[in-house]
Amino acid sequence: MAFMKMTSPHTTRAGDTGDVMKQVILACAPGLVALSYFFGPGSLINVIIACITAVTCEAAVLKLRNRPIGFYLNDYSAVVTGVLLGLALPPYCPWWIVVVGTAAAIILAKHLYGGMGYNPFNPAMVGYVILLISFPVEMTQWAAPRTILADGQSLLGPIQSLQQVFFGTGPDGYTGATPLDVFKHNSSQLVEHLYAQEPIFSAGRWAGSGWEWVNIGFLLGGAYLLYKRIFTWHTPVSMLAAIFILSVVFYDGGSSHSGGSPYLHLLSGATMLGAFFIATDPVSSAVSTTGRLIYGAGIGILVYVIRVWGNYPDAVAFAVLLMNFAAPFIDYYTLPRTYGHEKARRATEKDD
Amino acid sequence: MTKIWSIPGGIHPEENKSQSLQLPIGDIALPEELIYPLNQHIGVPATPIVEVGQRVLGGEKIAEAKGIVSAPIHAASSGTVTAIEDRTLPHPSGLSGPCIVIAVDGKDEFVEFAGCEDYLSLDHDTLVQKIRNAGLAGMGGAGFPTAVKLNPRANQTIYTLILNGTECEPYITADDILMQTRAEDLIKGTQLLARILGNPQRVVIGIEDNKPQAIEAVGMAAKDSNIEVVSFPTKYPSGGEKQLIQILTGKEVPSGKIPADIGIVVQNVGTAVAAYEAVRFGKPLIERITTVVGEALDTQRNIRVRLGTPIQHVLAEHGFVAKQASRLIVGGPMMGYALEQDDVPVIKTTNCILAPSKKELPPPRPAQACIRCGMCAEACPASLLPQQMYWYAMAEDYDKLEAHNIRDCIECGACSFVCPSNIPLVQYYRAAKGTMRQMAIDKEKSDRSRQRFEFRQARIAKAEAEKEAKRLARKKAAEEAKKKLEADKASGTQNAAPASNPAAKNDVVAAAIASAKASQATPEEQKARLERSLTSAEGRLDKLQQRHAEATAEMKEKLAAQIKQAELKLQDARKKLADFSPTDQATPGAVAVPASDSDDPVSAAIARAQAKMTMAPDEKLRANIESLHKRLQKAEEKLAAAKADNADTVDALQAGVDKLKAKIADNEKELVELGPVAAPQPAAAEQDAASAAIERAKAKAAAQASMSPEDKLRDQLQSMSGRLEKAHAKLEQAKTEGADTVDALQTGYDKMLAKQGKLRDELRALNPAAPELADSTLATAAAPTEPDAATAAIEKAKAKAAAQASMSPEEKLRDQIESLEKRLDKARQRLAKAEADNDENIDAFRAGVEKNEAKLQQAKADLENAE
Repeated sequence: MAFMKMTSPHTTRAGDTGDVMKQVILACAPGLVALSYFFGPGSLINVIIACITAVTCEAAVLKLRNRPIGFYLNDYSAVVTGVLLGLALPPYCPWWIVVVGTAAAIILAKHLYGGMGYNPFNPAMVGYVILLISFPVEMTQWAAPRTILADGQSLLGPIQSLQQVFFGTGPDGYTGATPLDVFKHNSSQLVEHLYAQEPIFSAGRWAGSGWEWVNIGFLLGGAYLLYKRIFTWHTPVSMLAAIFILSVVFYDGGSSHSGGSPYLHLLSGATMLGAFFIATDPVSSAVSTTGRLIYGAGIGILVYVIRVWGNYPDAVAFAVLLMNFAAPFIDYYTLPRTYGHEKARRATEKDD
Repeated sequence: MTKIWSIPGGIHPEENKSQSLQLPIGDIALPEELIYPLNQHIGVPATPIVEVGQRVLGGEKIAEAKGIVSAPIHAASSGTVTAIEDRTLPHPSGLSGPCIVIAVDGKDEFVEFAGCEDYLSLDHDTLVQKIRNAGLAGMGGAGFPTAVKLNPRANQTIYTLILNGTECEPYITADDILMQTRAEDLIKGTQLLARILGNPQRVVIGIEDNKPQAIEAVGMAAKDSNIEVVSFPTKYPSGGEKQLIQILTGKEVPSGKIPADIGIVVQNVGTAVAAYEAVRFGKPLIERITTVVGEALDTQRNIRVRLGTPIQHVLAEHGFVAKQASRLIVGGPMMGYALEQDDVPVIKTTNCILAPSKKELPPPRPAQACIRCGMCAEACPASLLPQQMYWYAMAEDYDKLEAHNIRDCIECGACSFVCPSNIPLVQYYRAAKGTMRQMAIDKEKSDRSRQRFEFRQARIAKAEAEKEAKRLARKKAAEEAKKKLEADKASGTQNAAPASNPAAKNDVVAAAIASAKASQATPEEQKARLERSLTSAEGRLDKLQQRHAEATAEMKEKLAAQIKQAELKLQDARKKLADFSPTDQATPGAVAVPASDSDDPVSAAIARAQAKMTMAPDEKLRANIESLHKRLQKAEEKLAAAKADNADTVDALQAGVDKLKAKIADNEKELVELGPVAAPQPAAAEQDAASAAIERAKAKAAAQASMSPEDKLRDQLQSMSGRLEKAHAKLEQAKTEGADTVDALQTGYDKMLAKQGKLRDELRALNPAAPELADSTLATAAAPTEPDAATAAIEKAKAKAAAQASMSPEEKLRDQIESLEKRLDKARQRLAKAEADNDENIDAFRAGVEKNEAKLQQAKADLENAE
């Protein structure tokens, strides 16, 4: 009688890559809820369009590459890319923006590099940067939170939202400056005065009305993933720590040349989304724990540098892509110390 | 409370240990057949010491250890050896290997075991020997021969003995139940092992905290001893030797070393009990406790099983339902290996037989792409980066794998267990390690070959260098000897020369050397040239070799070719120089060896001239005559040969023969004239003339070889008139000076005049007489002293040539034509006569006629042109 031949181990833990991805999608919920509450259904529409585009593109490319479509779609990685890009894009941006960005993310950034597991760059961020450079106007019109709307104005309803997204015929005046935009363009006022004057700050508590809650939402999602051990704490914590330290150092007592308070940097823009959902993308990040600490810190530093001294109000996408470049290099020099070895080696070493 | 260290990574798979602990240890019926693979341990396979057909008893040794790292094998029951053949091995490879097969007779008779109550008083070596003879090998799974581990090297002092009761693999409870039921024996065994290892400072039994009963039992038994019983949190793979050492001591076994290197020995608890039995009761390792577990079985429990029992027999005893089983595993689900066949036996290392149902251990899911999530790195107890190693293993980048310390992977399977993409990571590492092992073996092999080759090259180069050094030394010695000889010669000649005429004698030598040198390139110059070319060739070779050493691989071939060429050139130059050197040496050596037969005209001439100088005048003349006779003989032989071949040189040779005859006659005459009171001066003059003549003759002979007969004649005549002039000048000088050599010179001059006349006659006679020479060959050879028709013809030709010399070209040609017409007529007549007589030489005559006709035509044409 012949039995099945296979090598050990004969048992594995339950769960697969799809389960991991579903956890990530689930963890996005608090952030999406906050976004929808403060800015209306724009982000939800973005996410839906992006997901549909992502899955369609994924299936098409898999078909072209003669890969089993169902098997790969089951890993939910395309959906994760769609969700993350949809969350990052401005609410109510034209539908084709979302489609172009998502298609670029799936086709260019993912499958042209070999597909799942082989992409050197975070696909969602590649899509985002392509859009930001190609369509700067559409990409910088962020909706104003419900808290600072003028009397008589309200958030866009579902129908209005769809009109705006698909035909650009929604009501005017739904957009407003983001906290980072405001700070970027300030060069004369003390931080204190700025906070008192600008409604986006005065209506909020720490870092701009609405934005702070969106970030807290993503922080909660991230905490859930940490609890679920989907990723380790190293990358997000080192990234947030780097931003925190830099913002403390360059706060400058709240002068007109201040870089902004730690609250502002930690709880506005895409900080928390980037820290827990973008920087933690395992495929394009460094692998060892030391490497991930360096990788995360690098992203944090770049985010702050670009925000304060660069041309863009926010910089998570650029920072992540730049550190994606550096990840293999970091990996070479951050091998952990193996059992029985006095010290860690470098991957560039040759034996004997 | 003992301090516990933690290990990095690790996993918590479902333990599944309770199933096999519900029942007490069971026994099963004897199988019909026992199978003993010769290699149940790590190391060299044992050698069978039984023969097919032989009856063996239980406990009888059937195979002997071969070498140090090996273990003997004993029969577990009585029976007959039925075969020693290849059977499927209980091994991950599923390969076959040599096994001893015993047909059990059911009597279960045993040999007498030689126990020893007072075993603790035995010395170390005896105890180790007892354990070795009992065939003990690590029973935890690896199967390293126990005796070897208990005999550490002299420089390895053991400070800690660890008894491994961890049993971290799911499902397995063999050690657990052993510790529960035989705690006393375990403690005695542990004390025995400690005694053998020289009583280490620390003796620890480590047990995971999921075995409370075992901990309690062992703790009770160890109460009155100095043995620590330590429990620690359950985590896979705490039971790995390296991990257990880390947990219990905080130390790490350095990569590539063994625990004994850091003063630690780890033994399995089962091994300790077996060691106790072996020493105390003399019982060899013939049975063990094995966990039989899995949902494809009716009964799940631990059994005491005879080694060699086929697994299918064990399964049958436990109600195995093959259809339900997803696979059949020996060992645990993490590190055990799947069997393809169930006819393999239980061996010393078989701690578990796992027959899981399909629900229990479903077939592996298809692997997805690695997303480098890093869960594997978190699980790795060795702090490796499995995701990177997987990446490089797929890319077959073995350098990178090496840099990622793949050798330190213990293949525990924790990474595969946690992988969300279900990648069989360990499988990749095993494959890569296997390839790397093979590569290392291949590399060692090729390294050895290369070393051999390089050594051979070095040896050849050394031999060459020695040869070259010797050659150079020889060359130097030869040069010095030559210099010395030259110096000796110079001084010796001066000293030895007669006082009356030293200058004349020196002149002779110098003239001979000078003429010899003139006739050939100067030996020194030639040698210098050769040496220069040798030096330059050597220099070039050196340069090329240097460049070769510096050159990159792709240039090497090109350069190697150039070097080869240079070497050939060098060799050539050396050969030339070497060829030249003996000649070089012969020059001074000629004094000592006057009769040297050297072909070289230079040395020969010098030798002859020098020989002449040392002789008395009459002796010299005699020698001269003798040598002339010899030369005549040779010349005649050559002439005969030339005539037979009808060669062009016949005329020249004939002339040479005649001249030699004349010379001999002259010499003989001179000898008569000289008498016993002959003055030395004329003799010296004669000597001078003689050697000069010899040289000239030689030079002429060489020149003649390449001339047409007529040219030769003309040449001869010219030289004769030159000599005549010289002689005349000398004579005149002598007369004006009133020297006493006048008479002798006068005689010589007269003789020369006569000779010249004779030569002219000869020349005159030559051309018309030429055809007759063919007939007169034998006559010339037989009667050399009698002037015959042929000689007359030669004389005539010579005379004619002399006459021609004073004619205008046109006249000469007319003359020639005339003579040719005459000759043609004559030849035609003779041909007609020959045809009439049916002469056998008719062809030669016809050829002569044709040749004459052709010549005539040519001459006529020339005349027309000239006019």
